[in-house]
Amino acid sequence: MTADDGFDETLFELALRMGDNALILGQRVSAWCGHAPVLEEDIAMANVGLDLIGQTKLWLGLAGEIEGKGRSADDLAFLRADRAFRNCLLVEQPNVDYAHTLMRQYLFDAWHLPMLTALKQSAEPRVAEIAEKSAKEAAYHLERSSDLVIRLGDGSVESHERMQAALNALWPFTGEFVAPDDVDKAAASRGLGPDLSAIAERYNETTAAVLRDATLSAPADAPVRKGGKEGLHSEHLGYLLSEMQWLQRSHPGAQW
Amino acid sequence: MTAAGTLPSEKDIWRWLEDVPDPEIPVVSVVDLGIVRDVAVDKGGAVVTVTPTYSGCPATAVIAMEIETALRKKGLDPVRLETRLSPAWTTDWISDEGRSKLKEYGIAPPVQGTSCAGAMKQANATVACPRCGSENTEEISRFGSTPCKASWRCRDCLEPFDHFKSF
Ligand SMILES: [Zn+2]
Repeated sequence: MTADDGFDETLFELALRMGDNALILGQRVSAWCGHAPVLEEDIAMANVGLDLIGQTKLWLGLAGEIEGKGRSADDLAFLRADRAFRNCLLVEQPNVDYAHTLMRQYLFDAWHLPMLTALKQSAEPRVAEIAEKSAKEAAYHLERSSDLVIRLGDGSVESHERMQAALNALWPFTGEFVAPDDVDKAAASRGLGPDLSAIAERYNETTAAVLRDATLSAPADAPVRKGGKEGLHSEHLGYLLSEMQWLQRSHPGAQW
Repeated sequence: MTAAGTLPSEKDIWRWLEDVPDPEIPVVSVVDLGIVRDVAVDKGGAVVTVTPTYSGCPATAVIAMEIETALRKKGLDPVRLETRLSPAWTTDWISDEGRSKLKEYGIAPPVQGTSCAGAMKQANATVACPRCGSENTEEISRFGSTPCKASWRCRDCLEPFDHFKSF
């Protein structure tokens, strides 16, 4: 919906959602820097986090531009309260262990790539070009996370058990990515974003194939846990934000 | 403005940019990498259009600053930098000269034409060891010391090496 003052709320929400998903997951995976089980994974996590934060700058930069109130990507990242964040609940779930971290990454990547690929066709050229840039990175992330989910799912007894436990815990959060709400429907009707049922179909196909190869099974009849897109978050987001936003809250306008 | 008072041409600017190194892999220039997309002369100054390699690459800001500094030293003022996201940068834009410089430096260059996801696997492409030339190599990690690199190992000379990954 475009208001009388020209503010395009649908486009703003779309950019915020894409940006906040990338930002919150980027923050989560960055926490592994210096702590991952092996050096190669440490480097991989840091690089995935870096890509996601880079994408965040593009999406939140666009959101600020659409809003037209002079808020920068940094302002949006560091000076909003939890209720103003639009990320899906999956990305704010805690790291727990490496199995949870990898499973969360995979379940995100499997949505992120088809979503970005579809957004390359957006009627809004600024959305299309950010999607084009990000999709290449997302494809690289998905290749890696699929590979690791299969290797660890179909690995040792312990790695299999841990991956299955992570899947049981995280699967209920996946539905939110592909369950359309009013913003998604408004975006689709104007060609700004895709029809999410097409993304859902892709999502179910690719995750079914990878989970089968990983000898893992998604819990049947799991409830869909959602609310993040409207700003209703789990308790975990507050803790994450208090750490991420601490510097700008304590020393407003600090730069280096 | 040059000494003779004539305006530099776009060709001059391209030539000067060939001396601006990538901050993380200084043997290749920003032109070799294919990230300079356009150059224009404008009122005694220049407009340079740059595309980022990776969206979160920390070198992006440094590259912009180095381009500006280099052109200002040549007397161009103002120097304006513009960012272009589309078409997205691909390693297929790295020049042949850039590829041989990478190899000499000890970094296996990307395999031409395999820049989209899964293409390396599909093409069954191999990465040659930059030290001994053997194609008997394996990937250790899909990521490396900078966003643009992956870690590989040579099964013949047993040395680990960086591969500028196809992207
Ligand atoms: Zn070798």
